[in-house]
Amino acid sequence: MHRYLPHTEQDIAQMLEACQAKSLDDLYSDVPEQLKLKRPYQLPAEMSEKEVRDFFAAMRAKCTQLVCFGGAGYYDHYAPAVINALISRSEFLTAYTPYQPEISQGTLQYIFEYQSMMTSLTGLDVSNASMYDGATATAEAMLMCVAAARKKNRVLISATMNPAVADVVRTYARYHGVALEVIPEKNGVTSRAEFEEMMQAGDVAGVIVPAPNFFGIVEDYTGWADLCHKYKALFVMNCQASALAAIKTPGEWGADIAVGDAQSLGMPLNYGGPYLGYMCCTNALIRKMPGRIVGATKDKDGKRVFVLTLQAREQHIRREKATSNICSNQGLMALYVTIYMSLMGPEGLKQVNELSADGAHYMAHHLTETGAMHLLHPHEPYHNEFLMKLEKVTADQVLAATLAEGIFGGVKLADDLLLIAVTEMQSKADIDRYIDIIRKLTTE
Amino acid sequence: MNRELYGSLIFEHSCKGRRGFSLPRNPYKHVELPEKLRRSQPLDLPEVDEPTVVRHYTNSSNNNFGVDTGFYPLGSCTMKYNPKINDEMAADPVISRLHPLQPVSTTQGALEIYYTLQQALSEIGGMAEFTLNPFAGAHGELTGLMTIHAYHDSRSDWARTKVIVPDSAHGTNPASAAVCGYKIVEVKSLPDGTVDVDDLKSKLGPDIAAVMMTNPNTVGMFEKHIPEIAEAVHACGALMYYDGANLNPMLGVCRPGDMGFDVMHINLHKTFSTPHGGGGPGSGPIGVRKGLEQFLPNPRVVKLADGTFDVVCEDSALGRVSQWLGNFAVEIRALSYIMSLGSENLMMVGKLATLNANYIMQALRDLYLLPIEGPCKHEFVFDGLKDKSTGVTTLNVAKRLLDFGFHAPTIYFPLLFHESLMIEPTETETRETLDRFIAVMRQIAGEAASDPELVKSAPHLTPISHPDDTEAALHPLPTYRSLL
Repeated sequence: MHRYLPHTEQDIAQMLEACQAKSLDDLYSDVPEQLKLKRPYQLPAEMSEKEVRDFFAAMRAKCTQLVCFGGAGYYDHYAPAVINALISRSEFLTAYTPYQPEISQGTLQYIFEYQSMMTSLTGLDVSNASMYDGATATAEAMLMCVAAARKKNRVLISATMNPAVADVVRTYARYHGVALEVIPEKNGVTSRAEFEEMMQAGDVAGVIVPAPNFFGIVEDYTGWADLCHKYKALFVMNCQASALAAIKTPGEWGADIAVGDAQSLGMPLNYGGPYLGYMCCTNALIRKMPGRIVGATKDKDGKRVFVLTLQAREQHIRREKATSNICSNQGLMALYVTIYMSLMGPEGLKQVNELSADGAHYMAHHLTETGAMHLLHPHEPYHNEFLMKLEKVTADQVLAATLAEGIFGGVKLADDLLLIAVTEMQSKADIDRYIDIIRKLTTE
Repeated sequence: MNRELYGSLIFEHSCKGRRGFSLPRNPYKHVELPEKLRRSQPLDLPEVDEPTVVRHYTNSSNNNFGVDTGFYPLGSCTMKYNPKINDEMAADPVISRLHPLQPVSTTQGALEIYYTLQQALSEIGGMAEFTLNPFAGAHGELTGLMTIHAYHDSRSDWARTKVIVPDSAHGTNPASAAVCGYKIVEVKSLPDGTVDVDDLKSKLGPDIAAVMMTNPNTVGMFEKHIPEIAEAVHACGALMYYDGANLNPMLGVCRPGDMGFDVMHINLHKTFSTPHGGGGPGSGPIGVRKGLEQFLPNPRVVKLADGTFDVVCEDSALGRVSQWLGNFAVEIRALSYIMSLGSENLMMVGKLATLNANYIMQALRDLYLLPIEGPCKHEFVFDGLKDKSTGVTTLNVAKRLLDFGFHAPTIYFPLLFHESLMIEPTETETRETLDRFIAVMRQIAGEAASDPELVKSAPHLTPISHPDDTEAALHPLPTYRSLL
């Protein structure tokens, strides 16, 4: 038979005999005949390992790797070689959820390390063991706000949130019955005046804001947490994980919950996934937090060990009364970012952020000098991503001209708006090449 | 697996001034954010060199048990072999670096992979169309229920506020329905573990949006009244949802679409061999029957008339449940698995999984209590040891198994029995492995009679034993800082 299916003809015959069955079909005598599939699947026949490899090589040939100036929630950072070597260890890769702590200390220990690092990064007290991605983690934070507030049902979300993230939150809100309202944007940042007005209208369970925002801008949230707390609403910040080593943290802003995607911590872009959604909160909210949590304890010999804890919150115990339906975490991706942060340390993350932000400012400055474009919000501080207003060229022209040179030139937000991100993966020479393309485009 | 606990944390290897990173020199002028927007707290990350990081995680991995380590008969989890070629294909140097928003002209191969898997799953599920966007089984359930919600909404059928769930269902079923805004109506199981059809029918009405079922159910029995159930559910205007957690034994035998289900999810990390990764990433594609495609979540991958692929968003969709196209690297693995097996071998998967389960069940039923008669499917449940006089519980048996180099079965689920011990061997285990497992299970039953303390105090040969769960929950210590 097939190399994954070890049964010989003799095995099958003898095992059937042990089961007092005459044929494999006998084991399905309880399945009504009219339901049975009477033909083979209309799928290709078995492929040899070489043929499988050839198929994917053909798929690769239909893709082009570009020098990536695209961001919009996905950032092309460098992935150190060590990480793949370690996460490929099958002891990690092929394990299930660590429900048997006696033979899962490897998994439990890295989740504990992950939680420790994420709380330091966000400046909050506790972290769960991770969630699917940044968008669903944000939606879960919204549900958490509503559950914590009991009777209140309004949640506010900033218009400067990544629209794809906001869309996911909106979907959860629609079906769960949460009144999700958008705080308008003004000059690239969330309108403070409208936020205050919306709070005064009452009934707000939570407020969700981004850092940096979708346009790369680092907004000033001075006083936001206090206003939220005055109205007994939770303050939720969605932050790009890597940037948290440089920008003011949710903890420092007084946020109750921090969520976001940890993809920026060196995770390959992987055409959209798998990534990792993180969620941290204050001690006061730990029993409301969805997802798994690992805690330290002692075993019978007094050894320090790790276990899944506070499981009484979760769906397998609470069923429909659980905080969330989540029944997994991004285990292997949590290991990924834990190893990444171990390698980088505080100094490495600082340097990555400087390379990215300094490169972005260099690029924005020189692109502006071409006269073809300028920053849409020149007075707002930004990190490693910026929004360009195009003057003499269109976004499509820029994207076509850069693509012809093997460059993904950014994310088009409108015919005259282009969102550009810079990381350590694009060299100064790459940036200069991009600027040259724009220069040529405008002089043509 | 190393039976000595490694135990140290990466933070405990930290030494100020060491570094494990390598970055390009910064050629730019430095720009600072205004001080009020800057991080001022120190960042408490370890400072370690590269060899130390490698040794730390290598040693730590040696305290872990995976499918590659040994037999993992974990019921409802389908811990089959995870083929290595799949991982290599998923780590493709070009595809793994594609940005989701780069022009589709440069991602045609990735979109073709997505589309090909979507089509293959439609054929296997007997459905009209699939989306691969949901990230996990529970996320698939939620997305499936949203699809059903969007369908009823499109008909202005607002009265359907409840979802029926059997009492034997996975906990995620009622939890997903609740997140989707539905109230739960529980339906009873009969003594044979199948759904009480009369009880179910009595609960159907204009307020029911959907019935969630898994078939075979969580005790491994086929719900043979499924055509009758589907007919009654459809007659009342509700839809049938298939929880794909137990799809494996149906491969090559029977398709959820043919059973009368309208919406289903598949766990790629169960039936389609993608690794569980210690808890994720998984993938939970959902399929729908004809007439429901327009409600599937955005974005969608479509094949155009000229044979190229595009990514589109539709107004009729239920909304977005993911930013992009799901856990793409997991999807690559599943397609690699389907292609490696091919139609003829996929047709055998279910039957061999079922054979393995029945073989174990028959070999142990004289010593372990089998509460439900009849051929099981991919898994079955014992209600603990037959001899209850020893005081040895299912938990004790599970922990004693660890001493013999086996992972424990799923325990205390389903909730239908007090001492549930749920065994799912999968099709990728040899007869010799099953025989060894059977021999150990028989030995443990013998020990329970002759030396119950030996079993009750197990495990004895694992890196740790009897962690204090109560203390962990009472005084949570969830970070390194909390230990200092």
